[in-house]
Amino acid sequence: MTTSVGGATEPVGGATEIAARVRAGELSAASVLDGALAAIEGRDGELHCFNSLMGERARERATEIDRMVEAGQDPGALAGVPVALKDNICTRAAPTTCSSRILEGWTPPYDATVVRRLAAAGALLVGKTNLDEFAMGSSTENSATGPTRNPWDTSRVPGGSSGGSAAAVAAGMVPVALGSDTGGSIRQPAALCGVVGVKPTYGVVSRYGLVAFASSLDQIGPFALTVADAAAVLEAIAGHDEMDSTSLELAAPRCSEVLDDGADGLRVGVVSDFLADASPDCASAVRAAAEVLAAAGAKVDDVALPELLHGLSAYYLIAPAEASSNLARYDGVRYGLRVDAPDVETMNARTRAAGFGAEVKRRVMLGTYVLSAGYYDAYYAQAQRVRTIVARAFARAYGHFDVLLAPTTPSVAFAFGSKTDDPLEMYLADLFTIPTNLAGHPAMSVPFALGEAGLPVGVQVLAPALGEREMFRAAAVVEAGAPPGVRGPVGTRSAR
Amino acid sequence: MSEQLSSEAVAHIARLARLEITAEESATYAGQLSAILEHVEAVRRLDTAGVPPTSHALELRNVLRADEPRPCLERDEVLAGAPRAEDGRFLVPRILGEEP
Repeated sequence: MTTSVGGATEPVGGATEIAARVRAGELSAASVLDGALAAIEGRDGELHCFNSLMGERARERATEIDRMVEAGQDPGALAGVPVALKDNICTRAAPTTCSSRILEGWTPPYDATVVRRLAAAGALLVGKTNLDEFAMGSSTENSATGPTRNPWDTSRVPGGSSGGSAAAVAAGMVPVALGSDTGGSIRQPAALCGVVGVKPTYGVVSRYGLVAFASSLDQIGPFALTVADAAAVLEAIAGHDEMDSTSLELAAPRCSEVLDDGADGLRVGVVSDFLADASPDCASAVRAAAEVLAAAGAKVDDVALPELLHGLSAYYLIAPAEASSNLARYDGVRYGLRVDAPDVETMNARTRAAGFGAEVKRRVMLGTYVLSAGYYDAYYAQAQRVRTIVARAFARAYGHFDVLLAPTTPSVAFAFGSKTDDPLEMYLADLFTIPTNLAGHPAMSVPFALGEAGLPVGVQVLAPALGEREMFRAAAVVEAGAPPGVRGPVGTRSAR
Repeated sequence: MSEQLSSEAVAHIARLARLEITAEESATYAGQLSAILEHVEAVRRLDTAGVPPTSHALELRNVLRADEPRPCLERDEVLAGAPRAEDGRFLVPRILGEEP
């Protein structure tokens, strides 16, 4: 991103650099914010990363931070860093729509825990980003506010469901953003937009104030241009929260400390089963990243984990089942939209018909079906047993390896409309990211190569539960070994 | 053989899920949902004898807090987000079968 200083435009680095300079009094938070808002103003008309902006509140906060610095106080580890929030994270200062008509105009009466923690760390919350409705999708095409465009090629999708956050970071509007990852919704758009995306261990980041999709899988995590910036944001938002009963009673993982540790002695397994199902550019990026790790002293070997490929089917039974239950609350009574009818049941059904888009309806019906009498054991209980099989396969691998390496996605960013007619085709975009959510493990995508049509390719680093430090250690080495030009920010390229 | 959902079955599921859908939509969803169920058929056929189900990635314990009163969300602020409210309550159409 850039910021205006005395009329000139001066490039500013990532989040950690901005915070260091703001805390040192070398750079004002107000000027950083001006730069971010100008970048959004300049490019969001075309890209549509944002559903709403929180500029006024952010400006007040920037002034406070600059006053604190002047007074010799420390405004926090993310002082003056502009952050975008996926629009399924509750904020008092702006509506939270989940890119759904059913929540149109609803402003939450409270802030999510991650919002409070970012604010307490001195971050500037600039706006709410576009997503597939209720985080259901892999392209941000299922949004009631219209699709987000990929800044690398505006004829292609940014991935999803956190497509707005990924594209906003890739386009240089904000250095970091938050998303949520239920089956790959942070890592897949990060890969397609050439940015870093982290899905932490289940329970490491509080979900208080994250609108629920599939509660046994959902987790909040950061997007950033660099591995170091992602570590800094994770440190600010993670750690126990009594408002989330699934929050682990642990302090935030200190991942920034291990970024210079190198890969010497690290045991790295390459998930060979995934390579066969990835396009040649995505598969060869994984091989090249493995070589980078081996050259840095890691012990690299292939590992066969065919059970992981069953994860997709298990996920598309478990996630819709949980969603059908979680989305029952959108009934026209407590928030957002109501379509009037003479009796309450018809009002519920008409409100939901008018408020939900096609993919949400599809998943709610699928979930209702697999949970219904006579089908529960055949579908839902069986999917839960397959979930155990996936977790056991990971456990077998982590008996021999510290981290695993895999493609993040089967291909680079795809064209708008290319998968919208066939829901199954879209679901396959998450084939390599889903097993991690079923197991509750951490994983992250690091931009590593340029593939087909010069588009970014991500490499995925996976780790066992609470293995964030080993994961970031490996990711830092992979990042340092990546060729130049593989990550944002990028200028808008027109359709080719 | 996987389940092929009929339009009638989809209409029934939609009623259970409180979604008003047209006959045309029922037919479309029947095809799409059947295709998804066909894809997951491989998982249905996996031998899982003796494998316990996992409902959650973590071993969950019940989480309790001290039973002491503390501030909660402001009622008026919560009601401000509702489509209709009256006298400090959510307002809904009639629920029982009586005439209005």
